[in-house]
Amino acid sequence: MKLKEVAQKNAPEITSLIVAVTLWQIVAEFIIKRELLLPSFFDVVSSFISTVESGTLFIDFSISLMHFGIGVIAALLIGIPVGIVMGWFKTVNRISDPIIEILRPIPPLAWIPFALVWLGLTHTAAGFVIFVGAVFPIIINTYTGFKSVSKINVEAAKVLGCVKQRSLIRHIAFPSSLPSITAGIRIGMGVGWMCLVAAEFFGVSKNGLGYKLWWHYGLHQMDFVLMYMFMLGILGLTIDKVFRKYIDKRLLKWQSGVVV
Amino acid sequence: MGKVSIENVSQYFINREGYKTQALKDLNLEIKDKEFVCIIGPSGCGKTTLLRIIAGLENPSSGKVTLDGEKITKPDPKRGMVFQEYSLFPWRTVIRNITFGPEMQGMDKNKSEEIAEEYLKLVGLEQFKNSYPYELSGGMRQRVAIARALANDPEVLLMDEPFGSLDAQTRNVLQSELLDIWEKKQITIAFVTHSVDEAVFLADKIVMLTSRPGKITNIIDVNLPRPRNRTSPDTNQFRDRVLKILAEERVKE
Ligand SMILES: Nc1ncnc2c1ncn2[C@@H]1O[C@H](COP(=O)(O)OP(=O)(O)OP(=O)(O)O)[C@@H](O)[C@H]1O
Ligand SMILES: [Mg+2]
Repeated sequence: MKLKEVAQKNAPEITSLIVAVTLWQIVAEFIIKRELLLPSFFDVVSSFISTVESGTLFIDFSISLMHFGIGVIAALLIGIPVGIVMGWFKTVNRISDPIIEILRPIPPLAWIPFALVWLGLTHTAAGFVIFVGAVFPIIINTYTGFKSVSKINVEAAKVLGCVKQRSLIRHIAFPSSLPSITAGIRIGMGVGWMCLVAAEFFGVSKNGLGYKLWWHYGLHQMDFVLMYMFMLGILGLTIDKVFRKYIDKRLLKWQSGVVV
Repeated sequence: MGKVSIENVSQYFINREGYKTQALKDLNLEIKDKEFVCIIGPSGCGKTTLLRIIAGLENPSSGKVTLDGEKITKPDPKRGMVFQEYSLFPWRTVIRNITFGPEMQGMDKNKSEEIAEEYLKLVGLEQFKNSYPYELSGGMRQRVAIARALANDPEVLLMDEPFGSLDAQTRNVLQSELLDIWEKKQITIAFVTHSVDEAVFLADKIVMLTSRPGKITNIIDVNLPRPRNRTSPDTNQFRDRVLKILAEERVKE
């Protein structure tokens, strides 16, 4: 009953997926015929089932999430305060701006050698690369949010007795910048996720979605490679969706009037 | 107590091209404790600037403003302000906008909510307690801003065209409510308006400004007894007098 309703409602999307998978299966099995070049849909499904059954997929998920978590949490802990003081205090901005502008354009993956030298083959090293990817969007967006706090809100707060810089930041500037900050976090998490495969490439661990992708590539098991690619996509999408949902529901309810 | 003295206040603004605007010139005005003063003047004559200086949001280029003899240099909850433009905190619900002031003064949550509800009732918005500002109309937002300023229990309340965006009906109701509060709380009010009707109904004293540079041209004592009647012959006569003075000023310009 319910399933039928869902199917009816999403008919175009479901049709599109079924057609794509069917085409893929036909092309892989009857036209290309070489698993190395293009594994078929069923090859990928069977590799999925085997990794689920052995439990390795779960471990890979956890390890990757750990790397990602280390990087993102560090980026939040550093990026948000840095963005806040840069956006709020003009002198801090002028002092830190040139440094940030020099570091920012460096691709996060270029930091890998130093990550390894400084931190060795550790989870933290993988986390560091993700951190570098995630931190700049968070800084920049927090900064922008704080820059664009409306003057009238600050003045209204002052007249109501909220005069200390710390209180103004906490009660006015921070909540008013939250849309910008969360947008920065989303972008930062996206960039961090992109860095995950490369960050795990060097074998900081024998598990992890990114590491496994390289490892199976080494064994020419392209069905596994493709399966891990899909897993990276799905997990990345899920993280973004969950975060977005939480933010919109809990933190940005007051924005519903705004056209995004 | 809330006696405001404005002594020789001038205010310039210098824009990016170095061009100087004189918003106020040599203003002298005494607002007595518990007095209701209305300020009338053409657009751009410096009414907002004057209120901002009293609030402490702006420091005058010269001269000084004192509250009970103490020089005003920065904002203080003793001097509340209702802004001309939209100033609610969009991320806070209506009730939390109103509790903001009391919370900042260190009042506990329950107590401040109690007070907020009282003022919410006063402006007729109880059922919008948990709405966000974007869900309110312009006039409703303004009423919340008024409740927010009142909930902070100021000694001097500065109101910059607070009823400008309201319909006549609501405007009349709120004028009466404001007078009630003013009498009950024994506060000083400086109220900017464009409406002579409003000024004659509310004020003890009407201050007229001219523009560029903003100067006081007339101070009219409104010695009509309270409670006032909007349409009594006395009121009508007085209103005619004020309108006549305004017209004369316009001719002079
Ligand atoms: N921050 C500022 N920078 C430059 N000029 C300003 C500034 N604030 C006000 N002015 C100028 O000072 C003059 C007085 O402005 P003000 O806002 O006090 O007018 P007002 O009497 O409140 O007008 P209205 O009735 O339209 O609200 C105007 O000419 C305005 O351009
Ligand atoms: Mg004004």
